[in-house]
Amino acid sequence: MIEIRNLKKTFKDGENTTEVLKGIDFVAESGEFVAIMGRSGAGKSTFLYQMSLLDEPTEGEIFIDKRNMGSLTINEKTYFRLSELGYVFQDYALLPEMDALENVALPLLMQDMSEKKAYEEATEALIKVGLGKRLRNLPGQLSGGEQQRVSIARAIAHEPRILFADEPTANLDNESSRIIMDIFKELHEAGQTIIMVTHETEYSKFAGRIIHLDDGRVVKELLVEK
Amino acid sequence: MFSLLNIRIGFFLAKRQIRRSNTWTTVLIIFVMFFTFINLVVVSGILVGLIQGAIDAVRTHYTSDVIISTLNNKTYIENSPEIMNIVDSLPQIESVSARYLEGGTLEANYKTRISDKEKPNTAAASITGINPLAEDKVTNLSKFIVEGGYLTSQDYDQVLLGAYLVEKYLPIESPGFSTLRNIAPGVKIRINVHGVEREVTVKGIIKAKVDEVSMRVFMVDSQLRSIIGRNDYNVDEISIKLKPGVDPSIIRDILKQNGIERVAKVQTYTDAQPKFIKDMVDTFALLGNMLSSIGLVVASITIFIVIFINAITRRKFIGILKGIGISESAIEISYILQSFFYAFCGSIVGIIALYAVLQPFIATHPIDFPFSDGILVAPIGGTLFRVGLLMITTIIAGFIPARLIVRKNTLDSILGRN
Repeated sequence: MIEIRNLKKTFKDGENTTEVLKGIDFVAESGEFVAIMGRSGAGKSTFLYQMSLLDEPTEGEIFIDKRNMGSLTINEKTYFRLSELGYVFQDYALLPEMDALENVALPLLMQDMSEKKAYEEATEALIKVGLGKRLRNLPGQLSGGEQQRVSIARAIAHEPRILFADEPTANLDNESSRIIMDIFKELHEAGQTIIMVTHETEYSKFAGRIIHLDDGRVVKELLVEK
Repeated sequence: MFSLLNIRIGFFLAKRQIRRSNTWTTVLIIFVMFFTFINLVVVSGILVGLIQGAIDAVRTHYTSDVIISTLNNKTYIENSPEIMNIVDSLPQIESVSARYLEGGTLEANYKTRISDKEKPNTAAASITGINPLAEDKVTNLSKFIVEGGYLTSQDYDQVLLGAYLVEKYLPIESPGFSTLRNIAPGVKIRINVHGVEREVTVKGIIKAKVDEVSMRVFMVDSQLRSIIGRNDYNVDEISIKLKPGVDPSIIRDILKQNGIERVAKVQTYTDAQPKFIKDMVDTFALLGNMLSSIGLVVASITIFIVIFINAITRRKFIGILKGIGISESAIEISYILQSFFYAFCGSIVGIIALYAVLQPFIATHPIDFPFSDGILVAPIGGTLFRVGLLMITTIIAGFIPARLIVRKNTLDSILGRN
């Protein structure tokens, strides 16, 4: 379970201060698929980055499975991200010098897994996203949709508690987007907690709950009827 | 920081970055490291080799491995025949040359000098009586003939003139030092030793980068003996060439144990070196190290720039690595290993070039310095020390920029924000 209390984020640029998140309270239960929507500049991605420990909130508290994330040191946060969280970025964020298998295996190796086991699990994750035949391809040799699937495989290979996705279909065509969303659907059905930022209403309906952000606040919350 | 896990991941990252980096960029960096290594080793090696070449030349062409010479308070080595017998009985000896030395003056053009007011064509020299065959075996003296021919045992009234006594080879005019003009093989000159005058013919001119050779006049020993009236066969210098692999200090000690020290100085070629030569070796080594240090600084800056540019252009990926949970230390180690790789490859190429090409080439084609045939002195211990120095410097130069980039905010790096 993830619980956010009064989350605020302010950016300072010289004497200018921009308050992007103005006190958000939010709870997501384990196994939930939540879509975060809102117009451009509403603070969706900023909210996701704070929740996923990629950034430090200016104020507020984040609890993951009742553990206060604010009490963790930088190294503890890094390790928490490695072992408990998974990330899918809008631009795939793959390492260009590593092939698909290596990209997926890297976080597993960082968890002190043996090379053999890491590659086995990475292969399994890539097969799960339909890339069993593209294991040794470099990111540059894959289409956008395939790269995003590698990114998903990397995010789920270590079976994270929460999978964070920041506009995972924004750079993809309809067909590829559909494939990605089908993978998310399957993962959710298998019990994966997913928190996804999207601006596409069509894909937000894959989630069980949609929250709308505007001007740094949650303005609407909808349960999706299946 | 340097946990096994971080090193393992650092190696994983570094290997893939190097493997997939631009080949020409990698070659260029290794090339820079190679030249840094060469600069580090060769500059000091040549500077030390310049002096070492002179030392080696003195050993090969004058003192040989062990030299027995006159005590400071004596005019010659007493009991020379007995000493020669002792020397000849040692099995480690390859060849021996005994020399008679006497100061004298030389005069040329004395037949064409028309008045006493005309400045005589004279020079002071050390007259050396040698057994031409024995001397050649020890010092290869015949190799240095630049004009005319070498002496034979029957060459009575014939001499070899050192080139520094001939104006043509040493055109220097200074008070107290003069050289002979109009000298060529076949020309007659007059030798005056302790008032005894002898007219001799110049058979050849000899030139070596060893002053003791180029400033002497060589004649057959029996003739000099008769000029100076030394009938006891006591000589002034005995140069001893040892068989390959024999330690000169062992022979020196054996000779001293035989009591020779009481009547003569017994020295190895290193003992016989003047202190200023030893000081010069140290000075040139220091100078070489100072110049090499500049090379080291240049290499550090190069690696710093290379790694900094690499890290800054990969800032987004460093952010992603941190984002997905790769530790900062592992990322930093990956850059340290990359620096190490460049320095290692440059050093390996440098070592191959040094020991397989440069050193053998310079040994067979010494650099023609005015006072020595310069060689490249690069002892393996010193070279490995410099390799270590290069490694440490480049590792530090690689770590600093990596640290600067890695410590930036993770999200800022991923999003490319400043």
